[in-house]
Amino acid sequence: MSEPYSSPSSDVMIQFDRVVKKFGDHVVLRELDFSVKPGEFVTLIGPSGSGKTTILRLLMTLETADDGTIQVGGEYLSHMERGGKLVPADERHLRNQRKRIGMVFQQFNLFPNMKVLQNVTEAPVRALGLSKAEAEQRARELLEMVGLSDKIDAHPMQLSGGQQQRVAIARALAMRPQVLLLDEVTSALDPELVAGVLAVLKEIARTTDITFLCVTHEMQFAQDVSDRVMMFDQGQVIEDAPPEQLFTQPAHERTRSFLHAVIDRAV
Amino acid sequence: MDWDWEYAIDSLPLLAEGILVTIELTVLGALLAYVLGLVFAMIRRVGVPVLSQFVYLFVEFIRSTPLLIQVFAFYYLLQPAIGVKLSPFLTGVIMLGVHYATYTSEVYRAGIEAIPKGQWEAARALSIPRGRVWTGVILPQAVPRVLPALGNYTISMFKETPLLLAIGVVDVLNSAKEAGAETFRVIEPYTLAGVFFLLVSYPASILVRKLERRVGTV
Amino acid sequence: MSDNLGRIISTLLEGVPVTIQATLGGIALTIVLAFIAGLALLSKSRTVRVISRIYVEGFRGTSEMVQLFWLYFVLPALVGLQIVPLFAGILVLGLNHGAYGAEIVRGAVQSVPKAQYEGAVALSLGPFDRMRRVILPQAVVEMLPPFNNLFIQLLKSTALLYFISAHEITQKGEELRPALPMGDLTVIYAVELIIYLLLAIIITVVMRALERAGARRLGRKPPPRSKVFSSATAGGV
Repeated sequence: MSEPYSSPSSDVMIQFDRVVKKFGDHVVLRELDFSVKPGEFVTLIGPSGSGKTTILRLLMTLETADDGTIQVGGEYLSHMERGGKLVPADERHLRNQRKRIGMVFQQFNLFPNMKVLQNVTEAPVRALGLSKAEAEQRARELLEMVGLSDKIDAHPMQLSGGQQQRVAIARALAMRPQVLLLDEVTSALDPELVAGVLAVLKEIARTTDITFLCVTHEMQFAQDVSDRVMMFDQGQVIEDAPPEQLFTQPAHERTRSFLHAVIDRAV
Repeated sequence: MDWDWEYAIDSLPLLAEGILVTIELTVLGALLAYVLGLVFAMIRRVGVPVLSQFVYLFVEFIRSTPLLIQVFAFYYLLQPAIGVKLSPFLTGVIMLGVHYATYTSEVYRAGIEAIPKGQWEAARALSIPRGRVWTGVILPQAVPRVLPALGNYTISMFKETPLLLAIGVVDVLNSAKEAGAETFRVIEPYTLAGVFFLLVSYPASILVRKLERRVGTV
Repeated sequence: MSDNLGRIISTLLEGVPVTIQATLGGIALTIVLAFIAGLALLSKSRTVRVISRIYVEGFRGTSEMVQLFWLYFVLPALVGLQIVPLFAGILVLGLNHGAYGAEIVRGAVQSVPKAQYEGAVALSLGPFDRMRRVILPQAVVEMLPPFNNLFIQLLKSTALLYFISAHEITQKGEELRPALPMGDLTVIYAVELIIYLLLAIIITVVMRALERAGARRLGRKPPPRSKVFSSATAGGV
């Protein structure tokens, strides 16, 4: 069984310690350090292709770091302590770590072979060991929260992009994660569908103590919902500040030019 | 019964004759299949009335029924009916060619359909004559892409040639059978026949896969 | 035509059950071997991959006829055990087409978008559940059209059982042939070919029904209902 919302004693939820990630010769993360407190909503901004998504994928164990360590809730993510040494984690360890972490993807990644309800119940039943009835009740509540009670028997492919993404959010929440990773969740949506998804996310951020790490190009959303915004470029966090400060008085020149470019583009 | 190297080596000359026949069957059958398949594909593409429908049904019929029975029907029924008597070898070449032409025609069809419509339209916009559109624009793009599929079917045909022993063609398997009939030992000749097929078709299929990576596929 | 007509048709029909048994038995064995070998080709273990690769290339590379002769004529001499013709036929049909099917299974599993795998990882599903609940249900739908072609190849290959006297349609026809006049040969071959054609159409109709059901399950537009012939995939067999 999972331990929902079991907060670690430490006051750090996510800890990156000198994390290095390379793709071939291309260094994406250069000894990256940062941390996120429990319940915090942190947004990563920065140029496309700068490696923001890689940070989320490392946390979801979809990639492995070339060097350094990542801890979530005080436990190593892709390493295990064995005989006083850190060794690469095995599948079992990884699976236990993943239970505490949820992710919402840019392309939704719903399972087309399952109807909406089953998309949401599948993992709680298979990975957490919930009974089918429990999982269905949980799924129905979540689908109601994201405004899709009438779609539980639909095929994912019959839904609009915005509806699919709201199902994906419900699906991630059904695992009762401590950490929720949002990977450009509105980038694949038609403009008129973005607002609905963002409203759902704001509501979740307001009403739960889930820790959020979010990559987005929606600057207004980032400003409204974040506790902290990190400007990420060339493998490093170059500026880290509350949104009201970062968006109005960026300290760093690169932040300034980046914001200038994206906000110009948005107008 | 154990493996007898001496006997295996002794049976090699006999097998070699059969190997030659198998290779001849494959080469000639394949050439016929390439040409006839293209004819089928062109008839269907151009849409010659009646003939086009006939070719469609013929292709589907041949593709859906066993080659062995087609060989029997051609050898024992059709040839006497039209008053010719072809050798088992020639019968084999023709039936391999016809049977596999129904596959290659589909390959050509897919290859031609894979050419974007814009290519035809551009050729028309430039007033290129119809024949030249085929030889100058369409085929040069389609042919490389169909080569891997033709290669695969050639390998399939090669492995199917032994069934011609039913009408007395002395291919590699039939040679192995004959070698075994003399000595009542079949393990060596049959195994060697299998090794022969593997030694040819495995490298050939690797070549086809390489070609596929180079030119793509349909 | 002649008064032999009734006798010819009834003799040929006697072979139909054997042909159908060989086809169904061969298809069943093909599916089992294709899944085992196909998933083994994707295994993390190099040893497992190599063993499966040897099976696949070994059976694809040596002729089906040779395999049939080997199993039926050589194996008994080796182990002193004569196999019933029908059983030998099913074994060779399954082993041979299972090797081709393995590549179909491997290709279909690999064709499922990586995002589906990642979605399953993000939901903490284990490797077994990822494959069984998420990847395979989608991959199976991709396998149906190539398996349709493979099963028709297998049906056609049942005629090779003539060589080991399994009393299927082809052999029944050849038993009749020597004693009959030319006119009757027309009947033999016409009836034989029509039976195989009908069986091929039945296979395609069943597979297309499965394709439509699969497409519905994945929320896709179902393929058209009309075609009775399997569409030849150009890639070859």
